[in-house]
Amino acid sequence: MTISRRKFLKTVSASCLAMTAQSAVSHGFSLPGHMTPGPRELKAKRWAMLVDMSKCDGRCTEDCIGVCHEIHNVPYIPSVEHQVMWLFQEPYENTFPDRSHELISRNLKNRKFLLLCNHCDDPPCVRACPTQATFKRENDGIVMIDYHRCIGCRFCMAACPYGSRSFNFRDPRPHIKKIHPAFPTRRKGVVEKCNFCQERLEVGKMPACVETCKKGALMFGDLGDPSSKIRRILDEKHHARRKPQLGTRPSVFYIF
Amino acid sequence: MHGKGWVITGMILFAALAAFPFYWNWMGEDKPFPKLEMPEKARACVEKTEFMRANHMRLLDAWRISVVRDNLLIYTAASGETFEMNLHKTCLGCHTSTEKFCDRCHAYNDVTPPCWKCHVATGVSGEGDAS
Repeated sequence: MTISRRKFLKTVSASCLAMTAQSAVSHGFSLPGHMTPGPRELKAKRWAMLVDMSKCDGRCTEDCIGVCHEIHNVPYIPSVEHQVMWLFQEPYENTFPDRSHELISRNLKNRKFLLLCNHCDDPPCVRACPTQATFKRENDGIVMIDYHRCIGCRFCMAACPYGSRSFNFRDPRPHIKKIHPAFPTRRKGVVEKCNFCQERLEVGKMPACVETCKKGALMFGDLGDPSSKIRRILDEKHHARRKPQLGTRPSVFYIF
Repeated sequence: MHGKGWVITGMILFAALAAFPFYWNWMGEDKPFPKLEMPEKARACVEKTEFMRANHMRLLDAWRISVVRDNLLIYTAASGETFEMNLHKTCLGCHTSTEKFCDRCHAYNDVTPPCWKCHVATGVSGEGDAS
């Protein structure tokens, strides 16, 4: 049997086309229903937090850290290398290393600052992530991690200038005192961090740390709304962001 | 052809070996499909049973993406009924025992999705414990 070059090429290209078309059709999956936002969802253009250090003396920060870590199933691992933190404390010189010097006031020197993910406007972790497991939500500016996609490469940890991310070097489950079933735990080999209580905002609740703080030192609001309370306070009071020279534009602010 | 005997014997042996798994499977008895324990609150699932059987993983995948990336929370099914897109509240709310529902079918089909490495399968061993 002989076949002309022309006919051979025609058959091959037609087959290729048929195969591509078939796979395109079979991969197109659509749900029969549709999705909508939750009716009680708290909405903002860009969520932000204000830590008022004149009200937070750092003595009861175990409360907000404790509640956060409890409801989010954050494991307690004493080893410094392996510890996992969503909220944590650091002294002034580690919080604002570029503003620290040998003569800072005793008041600042002896104080422990509450730290968390800054949910940057231009997050370097998102740029570093090779799988798009970490991303910034366009709707509300929260920097999230999709733990299903995280491959544990830790590029995001290297990219984050604030040390806000922790890696699960071990299976976290044995290190969680009481597992809170409504929130998933993480597994060994993924990076985790504060999510601005996204799971609470979507059902109309404020972040757990803000709700817990009895002294009103934590404020949560919409940075994208010029008339919001947080914007008013930022307009009036002297405040600081961590490492502003890096241009990440954090969503966490500090008042002294 | 040189060594005709060897070649043909080899070919027969190869064919027999290659066909063995199919033969073995064909001869063996079918494993009975596992009995799944349906929720006591016997009502319909999110979508029709046939759809859920074939596509529950795709549905869960689409739910996850919508919840974490697009701030969506409520799923309105084809029937018009609404559900919160939440594995814990919605799925495990009815299928209280993952062992008697998910795992049985997954074991039968020899698939091991890692859902319960992170999500807490409350039904398995009581509230709070998730071994």
